[in-house]
Amino acid sequence: MSMRLFVSRDAGAVAVGADEVALALEAAAAKRGVTVEIIRTGSRGLYWLEPLVEVATPQGRIAFGPVTETDVPSLLDALASNTPHLLRLGATDELPWLKRQTRLTFARCGVIDPRSLDDYRAHGGYKGFERALSLGPDAILNEVTASGLRGRGGAGFPTGIKWKTVAQASANRKFIVCNADEGDSGTFADRMIMEGDPFLVIEGMTTSGITVGATKGYIYIRSEYPHAVEAMNAAIVAARRGGYLGDKIGGSNYSFDMEVRVGAGAYVCGEETSLLESLEGRRGLVRAKPPLPAHHGLFGKPTVINNVLSFAAIPFILAEGAKAYADFGMGRSRGTMPIQLAGNIRHGGLFETAFGVTLGELVDDIGGGTFTGRPVRAVQVGGPLGAYFPRALFDTPFDYEAFAARDGLIGHGGIVVFDDSVDMRKQARFAMAFCAIESCGKCTPCRIGSTRGVETIEKIINGERVSENLALVEDLCNTMKFGSLCALGGFTPYPVLSALKHFREDFAPVPTTLQAAE
Amino acid sequence: MTAVYEPCYEPWNETRGAEIIAEHAKQEGATLVILHALQEAFGYVPEPVIPMVAQALNLSRAEVHGVFTFYHDFRHKPAGRHVLKLCRAEACQAAGGDALAARAEAKLGVSLGNTTADDRVTLEPIYCLGLCATAPSAMLDGRLIGRLDEKRLDALVAEAQR
Repeated sequence: MSMRLFVSRDAGAVAVGADEVALALEAAAAKRGVTVEIIRTGSRGLYWLEPLVEVATPQGRIAFGPVTETDVPSLLDALASNTPHLLRLGATDELPWLKRQTRLTFARCGVIDPRSLDDYRAHGGYKGFERALSLGPDAILNEVTASGLRGRGGAGFPTGIKWKTVAQASANRKFIVCNADEGDSGTFADRMIMEGDPFLVIEGMTTSGITVGATKGYIYIRSEYPHAVEAMNAAIVAARRGGYLGDKIGGSNYSFDMEVRVGAGAYVCGEETSLLESLEGRRGLVRAKPPLPAHHGLFGKPTVINNVLSFAAIPFILAEGAKAYADFGMGRSRGTMPIQLAGNIRHGGLFETAFGVTLGELVDDIGGGTFTGRPVRAVQVGGPLGAYFPRALFDTPFDYEAFAARDGLIGHGGIVVFDDSVDMRKQARFAMAFCAIESCGKCTPCRIGSTRGVETIEKIINGERVSENLALVEDLCNTMKFGSLCALGGFTPYPVLSALKHFREDFAPVPTTLQAAE
Repeated sequence: MTAVYEPCYEPWNETRGAEIIAEHAKQEGATLVILHALQEAFGYVPEPVIPMVAQALNLSRAEVHGVFTFYHDFRHKPAGRHVLKLCRAEACQAAGGDALAARAEAKLGVSLGNTTADDRVTLEPIYCLGLCATAPSAMLDGRLIGRLDEKRLDALVAEAQR
């Protein structure tokens, strides 16, 4: 008999033993004289169940997890004799955590073999691109605009308007740049999609290229993601071989090709103008805007620069139509958002859903509270530049405007959960310290302000003139917020001020009796 | 567990350096590409190569030096035989990363960002490996490790010290 098994090759699964499990499955099968075909997919995004092993059955895939090397012999026995196993989770598609999601962007992630162009096409890949070819640039722009898609990197700028600006610019060369410098702690959706469905990103970028008249694309991936770099490079080679990159792509008259560039450990390069500087081979110093990259971008040419998830949303929009996408969501936040649940959380992973779900549902219900079992005290939404929210704000719906109204941001959709052992003074100090480490140094509020911020919060922690220093930190945050050139200095005040506002008790002067006891 | 993997680098050699530069110099915006390739070959970016890169790209030495020093990844001297990177970003902090980092520092007798006196292990902070749902995480010579706890960390440290 022969069995088709699926084991993720996603870095998050590999980090908890997926490679070892795959090897053990092969070895154990050989020993039993059973033929197995092991397909290494991306991750389904249910990380507490990784390494997840799925087996193909006539009724669909059945999932087992989390599987360790030592479980492999008993698992194979159970599979061969069709008997129950302790780790059996049931049909993958019926797992409640997956079933509750609306997977438009992540529909294929964890399902297909990310190395196979054929598998991608067999699961609807390039359907959107083919429709785009028949529509032509103007109609594509209309579709993207009508979908309501906003930049998924965090800024939330309407993608259609950005593309239109580049399309209307006249130049001898234009560029498509994909921002895969996913540096925010608590986010991993870009990494997952690059590793699990890389052709989707290529398709999105190619579509953007034919729309705005660009023939060359770059995807700038951070060096901390070696698996993603490898997956994207392999997919680019396969797409070229399959006629989807290069001259006359997909049998059309359009040409488009792309390459991977690897970052070098600078967080600030996730800021678009810093990224462009880095791509040009310079220090990642932020540029003043205007001019916008859409007019004056890479090598001074009109450039579409979008996040991985923005490009990855495009194929669905074109395949199914703008309305199918825009029907999801709330207010001005249309479509779905791949939300990432991380940190001290029981059920961490990738949860793609329509905008509008509340923070409380995400953390308590979907995330299952903390991994440690202690009460959730704070969640940081949107990465190192995002605000810390207390339980009192758990009714906030996941929506660009709703978070902004509460002095927060959704950023790239990462949620980091902390239990009640968190010391918010330390988190506030870390926000400043991180900004100091990563500041590009171009503007003073960020470069100097962050260091002064660390020093002042340090004084508060040491109980030195606490109320005066708290006032000083608040004043400093205002200077950084309004005086910085980019979001690094400009948004570092979010975690600091939210910690001060919502967790004031942590910043109270240490009672003298306690000081004496120490 | 997989076999202990030890990164293997070539000793610095000017001819080889020149070859690597020539291989990438034609690309647009090649500086980072070249610095990465040099570090991959030699394990660090040797000082004498900076003017060579500058000349090949028609830049000043100061410009290339400026790029080299801006990015955290590039090293001006070889790392220890093994590099252990611990994620120090928020998701890993929330999952107990602070205590693990302190433990690694104590075990190795060096603080983050330093190399042990016997040149065996370089201990470094890293700000996010994107393994935030299986935090805390680490990377030993390119191999990823999630759900780090005291036991797994001790095993990693022991492996790195071998």
